[in-house]
Amino acid sequence: MRLRVRFAKTGKVRFVGHRDVARIWERSLRKASLSVAYSEGFSPRPKLSFGLALSTGYESNAEYLEIELLEPADDSTWSPVDAEAMRVRIDAVLPAGFDVLAVAPADRRADSLQQAVTSCTWEILVDPAGVDEVATGVADLLERNEIVVERERKGKVVTEDIRHQVLALDVTGEAGDGVRLSADLGTQPRALRPDEMLAAMDPPLLARSVCRMNQWMSQGDDRIEPLSVDAAPAPLAEVRA
Amino acid sequence: MSSLWPELERVLGEVQKPARYIGCEDGMIIPEHRPEKAAWLLIYPDTYEVGLPNQGLQILYEIINERPDAVAERSYAPWTDMAGVLRRTGLPLFSVDTHRAAGEFDILAFNLSSELVYTNLLECLDLSGVPLHTTERRSEDPLVIIGGHCAYNPEPLADFIDAAVLGDGEEVVSEISEVVAAWKVSGRTSRDGILRELARIEGVYVPSMYEVDYDGDRLVSFTPRLSGIPEVVEKRTVADLASWPYPKNQLVPLTEVVHDRLNVEVFRGCTRGCRFCQAGMITRPVRERPAGQVRTMVTDGLRRTGYDEVALTSLSTADFSGIEQVVATAVADDVCGRVSVSLPSLRVDAFTVGIAAEIQKARRTGLTFAPEAGSWRLRQVINKLVKEEDLYGAVGSAFSQGWRRAKLYFLTGLPTEIDEDTLAILDLARNCIDVGREYHRNPSVTISLGGFVPKPFTPFQWFGQNTETELRRKIGLLRDELRSGGKTLNGVKLKWHDARASVIEGLFSRGDRRLGAVIEDVWRNGGVFQEWSEHFDITLWSDALARNDLSLDWYVYRHRTHDEVLPWDHLSAGLHKDFLWQDWRDALDEVGLEDCRWTPCYDCGACTSYGVEHIVASAVPPAGGSQGTGQAVNGTGVPVSLTIGPRVPAGAGS
Ligand code: SF4
Repeated sequence: MRLRVRFAKTGKVRFVGHRDVARIWERSLRKASLSVAYSEGFSPRPKLSFGLALSTGYESNAEYLEIELLEPADDSTWSPVDAEAMRVRIDAVLPAGFDVLAVAPADRRADSLQQAVTSCTWEILVDPAGVDEVATGVADLLERNEIVVERERKGKVVTEDIRHQVLALDVTGEAGDGVRLSADLGTQPRALRPDEMLAAMDPPLLARSVCRMNQWMSQGDDRIEPLSVDAAPAPLAEVRA
Repeated sequence: MSSLWPELERVLGEVQKPARYIGCEDGMIIPEHRPEKAAWLLIYPDTYEVGLPNQGLQILYEIINERPDAVAERSYAPWTDMAGVLRRTGLPLFSVDTHRAAGEFDILAFNLSSELVYTNLLECLDLSGVPLHTTERRSEDPLVIIGGHCAYNPEPLADFIDAAVLGDGEEVVSEISEVVAAWKVSGRTSRDGILRELARIEGVYVPSMYEVDYDGDRLVSFTPRLSGIPEVVEKRTVADLASWPYPKNQLVPLTEVVHDRLNVEVFRGCTRGCRFCQAGMITRPVRERPAGQVRTMVTDGLRRTGYDEVALTSLSTADFSGIEQVVATAVADDVCGRVSVSLPSLRVDAFTVGIAAEIQKARRTGLTFAPEAGSWRLRQVINKLVKEEDLYGAVGSAFSQGWRRAKLYFLTGLPTEIDEDTLAILDLARNCIDVGREYHRNPSVTISLGGFVPKPFTPFQWFGQNTETELRRKIGLLRDELRSGGKTLNGVKLKWHDARASVIEGLFSRGDRRLGAVIEDVWRNGGVFQEWSEHFDITLWSDALARNDLSLDWYVYRHRTHDEVLPWDHLSAGLHKDFLWQDWRDALDEVGLEDCRWTPCYDCGACTSYGVEHIVASAVPPAGGSQGTGQAVNGTGVPVSLTIGPRVPAGAGS
């Protein structure tokens, strides 16, 4: 069967890059003694597929991974109790800072998560400039018809209009000596990163911390999460490794 | 006494590979600091990726933290970008465990395994805010201690270190902890007092306690300044590895490092007696870990870490008693998934099809063998008594078990080496390719060539190193021959170590106190990470030597005489100087010496000086190959000469 896992990456481990995260998962699944399927060939690798990459330095409450298991062969007998037991089992072997939030069987025939996800919700803490000043910057950005930025694509610098990818942007409050923003940013054809958007603001803002809160897939007019968490941990949770 | 993490977190986004600085490894210890505990910061003065896997550091990290009177954390040399950020923001060097400032620790303990990192030691001290020179340090400054193989000649670092620890660290760290903890409790009064106490601990050398006399350029003597300070500092040796099953919780990093696998040390020491090999000489005698303990450490380690590869580490691992059996049964059946076992250090005369079959299960990308010299004559000089047949047998075993690539490691610039010896390297490589063709269409053999650097406490400590020009010429000889060699050399590749770097290693390997000024000069001119070819800069070194009126000719290229006082003569690895001298004479006479593990003792001093002995489960050498006897390999039995006598000229029968 195929398992879909939603996990959080918070605290010091936010500085671990996504290739290393994949290695951590491979080791952890071996520790959990799960019967993970391996690819064929000269150097077999466990069959894991990761969703959208997360920039090194960002935290997340919504990372996804799918795992191909040899046993059980199918999910017909699976219950929520099994899912919770599996969640606990995997959570126990992950390093501090990585937490498994939900586990469920996944449909093998569905689009990959990288294709299916259309936007992400981000919680951003920016260095103090004063709430009002930040609010003005936000309003200004949203009023623009186009936001042309230079982005790097396959090693080349290209200019692109990112306006259509800024789906929502709000000032949600103050925290400590910073200002908190919430942003919904598009991921197709290529995910817009919060720091790219902040750099396009006038004056440009610098993020002190960024946390991916949700990933969204569209379903008709609605949007749903690949795996929802009933009681998601508090934003920018103090789960410091 | 607080964590610098909040400040560091803000700047980590600016540096490459920030995961180097976060700690968070599985196995990390968060110790409880207290005013009455000795606080150690164990520093590996190279990048995190290189330093993290260091087993010595991890062993001490656990042993110290198990003590009630001490704590230990770790640090690694920050890469140049991070060093820049630290200087700009005024943040100091920090531990990766709790991100505490280095200056808050009582002991900064550096593990030194290469001479080229000496300037990194200065960089770390400077970033810690600790005065560079011992003479400038006050009682509130940390004690700066070094260990590792370079500690056997710490003289070039004498200006900067408070103490050097010789030999195995397992026991001595406890004694140092006690002394330092007591010093803290008593109010940390005089720095001289604590240094004196450290100098009384066996295995601890305090350079500032010795008066050094010169006659012109020549060393005359080392004299203890005070009574109670030993005239000769002896190394420490743990008698039995079985009592030290460390590390118990090997650190599993979150980011990729070198040797990223479970590492289990299966024995320490080596008595094959290769004359160029300092590690073999200074770590004697051979102490094997019981096979059962190896199995437990492997199985528990794999379960705990989730690694799918385990390396059995030691010098010349195939010499472990019953190695095939150990490899075959090392991994308990119920360890999940596929696991590969690797033996990073292999001698060709003990590498058999059986071992190849056992370790091939995960298809390593290449295998490395180290014949070290191209001709049998030169291999007798260096006492690497492997025959050509051994090499072809080993390479054949590997190729027959599915490998397509082999790497052969050689040294050039060895004593008595002539061009025929050097060129013979190509013959070996060519013949290995022929062996490989029996199994594969395109076998490949990479020759990896290093420049020989004479080391203290080896029979070659008196040998004048080849000049940079000569090393380059020898490398060029092989390169040209390979270019014009035509078809028969298809599949042979050549890689070589920078001859200039070998010269600088040689400078410090046998250098004395006067070189401190050179290290400092290079560091002040920005020379850090000199062990990285992208940062190595020979002009920094030659300029510094010139400014200090010192020369490579004197330190590196000059043969030493029998009566010369060597800068490490007041230190001891147990080895008698006359044993080493005799071995040097034997080398020049092309006389080999058998492994004392399975033949009578030569009284080199490593056991006899300290009342320890070999701990080897098997009374006979492992089967296969000529086993260092240099005798013909006839496929049946192992021809080991059992002649009684102090010295057996091995190889005489072939
Ligand atoms: S003292 Fe004897 S047995 Fe021990 S290492 Fe030396 S030669 Fe070998």
